[in-house]
Amino acid sequence: MTGTRDDAPIMEAQGLTKTYTLSSGLLGKKRTLHAVRGLDLDLRRGDILGIVGESGCGKSTLSRMLLGLEAPTEGVVRIGGQPVEQIGRAALSRKVQPIFQDPFSSLNPRKTIESIISLPLRLHGIGDAASRRREVREMMERVGLPSRVAKGYPSQLSGGQRQRVSIARALITRPEIVICDEPTSALDVSVQSQILNMLQELRDELNLTYIVITHDLAVVEHLATEIAVMYLGRIVERAETERFFGDPQHPYSRALLKSVMTPDTSLGIPELGLGTAFPDPANPPPGCAFHPRCAKRFEGCDRIAPVPVPRAGGGHVECRLFETPEAAGLPDPAMTKER
Amino acid sequence: MTTAGHNATASEREESIARRRSAISRYLGHRSLVIGGVGLALLILIAVFAPLLTWHDPYMQDLTSRRIPPIWHGWFYDNPKAGWLHPLGTDPLGRDYFTRLVYGARISLFVGFSVVALSCVIGTTLGVLAGYFGGRIDAVISFIVTTRLSMPVVLVALAVVSIFDGSLQVVILVLGLLLWDRFAVVMRSVTLQIKSQEFVTAARAVGCSNLRIILTEIMPNVANSLIIVATIEMAVAIIYEASLSFLGLGIQPPLPSWGLMLAEARPEIFFAAWMITLPGIALFLLVLFVNLLGDGVRDITAPEGRA
Ligand SMILES: Nc1ncnc2c1ncn2[C@@H]1O[C@H](COP(=O)(O)OP(=O)(O)OP(=O)(O)O)[C@@H](O)[C@H]1O
Ligand SMILES: [Mg+2]
Repeated sequence: MTGTRDDAPIMEAQGLTKTYTLSSGLLGKKRTLHAVRGLDLDLRRGDILGIVGESGCGKSTLSRMLLGLEAPTEGVVRIGGQPVEQIGRAALSRKVQPIFQDPFSSLNPRKTIESIISLPLRLHGIGDAASRRREVREMMERVGLPSRVAKGYPSQLSGGQRQRVSIARALITRPEIVICDEPTSALDVSVQSQILNMLQELRDELNLTYIVITHDLAVVEHLATEIAVMYLGRIVERAETERFFGDPQHPYSRALLKSVMTPDTSLGIPELGLGTAFPDPANPPPGCAFHPRCAKRFEGCDRIAPVPVPRAGGGHVECRLFETPEAAGLPDPAMTKER
Repeated sequence: MTTAGHNATASEREESIARRRSAISRYLGHRSLVIGGVGLALLILIAVFAPLLTWHDPYMQDLTSRRIPPIWHGWFYDNPKAGWLHPLGTDPLGRDYFTRLVYGARISLFVGFSVVALSCVIGTTLGVLAGYFGGRIDAVISFIVTTRLSMPVVLVALAVVSIFDGSLQVVILVLGLLLWDRFAVVMRSVTLQIKSQEFVTAARAVGCSNLRIILTEIMPNVANSLIIVATIEMAVAIIYEASLSFLGLGIQPPLPSWGLMLAEARPEIFFAAWMITLPGIALFLLVLFVNLLGDGVRDITAPEGRA
């Protein structure tokens, strides 16, 4: 997958795979859960990549691997061309930082706000006490936290304020990349847009690159520059935001987009009208993982796994509908008939 | 509560009663904390300042003044021997009972704190390591805990003491090396719970080492559970010491251990029951205060008591 711009990607993943071994009970047989399955990803400086997918499709697992918090079973993550395991924890933490979903568990209840935000500075020995305090105050102002809360504890803050603390902590060492895993899904609707707008402003001010992970397309519609749709551990479609919303290709993307139009998107997992439930990642369907729910499946989808088909102008789609007949090993009419 | 006037509606009144009840229960929670804390602090002060509280020597025998009854025997039974010189009487060797009780508090408290310190270090280390790292480390540590749990404390203590002879040090060592299981089990589950919180992941993402995460992110959040377990174990240790000493296998005479005093007073039970009751009450109060303190800490740190 090659982008339209020719600058090198700031972050890149190749063949990223994560499997977990599940053992049920003492004597139960071991099963393998495929959380992420050979995923490729590249991210360019200044991009905001929205990764969208249902619960359990491996979004958080992917984010942990991109953050270097979990080693991939296979594949490699590179930041600035260097594999993350070679970067070293301290240096890595200054390149990429997370923002979490749950503002209630993301802050240590026993620490003051000031000490939470200044931890990265203290840990890396940046500045002296006075300059650190200044830095913290400045960052608090940037994320819209009143300076009087500095001496307070997380329990005294609202959900939105806690999320601002989380953001301040992530940005205090000026990382290049910020990975937000469901940054607003635990917040009130009224607060959500404030936080999203702030993330947008911070990106422009601090020259950041974002990955925003969500199950809700509405979150990334106005924020992201590019959308990647994830299904059962793979990115099944990737396109620039406008093109994606204007002309979604993958049947799953279309179903997701339709669900955005329903009033129920705030309920967490969108009702996709796809009938069958999300497949069990410990037992993925053969062929195309989406075929049991796909309205457009045709002969062979339950046997032959699709390959990524690049789209003109960037992005790709992973569906046999778009494969050339030779690649799909199918006669042409089958495809045209289904479309 | 001010709305509970004559014009208050029924539901308002109910609400105010409920509010008052929750206020009372909160007060009760604090009361056990206060009683336990103050009581224990008082006993600690008594133990520390024992030499200032009494003019007798706890080991000084005086065969001319044996078995003097406590002062109230003078008041109620007109016993001429009772007097202010020995307000709580003397034992069969003529040693001042008040003095021995006061010095006995030193032994009980010293044993209690030392055993808890030792077992807390062992148990917390094992529990936190098992909970934090999981996997094979957890399996090994859980096996050690199970092994320990399958050993009856009293039998092991008796066996060890009969080999090495009882003494203060041996009692502390044996109990400390035996009573860490609750620390390990509780700390493991608390650590597991805290480890899954996102602030621990955030600390890792920021570049904190495992040691730093354990010390600065996990430990401050286990402190409450630690205090609660510590009070339970302290009470247990104090009772075990008294029991071992009572059986003659713990602290050896002439040290004024309360358990030993109970044993020494056993032959006197029909003639001078107070010789049994006094160390019994002392032991009871100490254990009660320690337990109240633990209850109080648990009450004020219970989820609904938190802001
Ligand atoms: N440590 C683990 N051990 C075993 N299975 C795991 C582990 N972490 C994740 N999984 C499994 O991997 C799959 C993907 O999980 P992941 O948390 O990445 O999903 P997600 O897309 O983030 O979902 P959500 O939207 O609910 O957060 C799930 O089936 C989950 O049960
Ligand atoms: Mg997730």
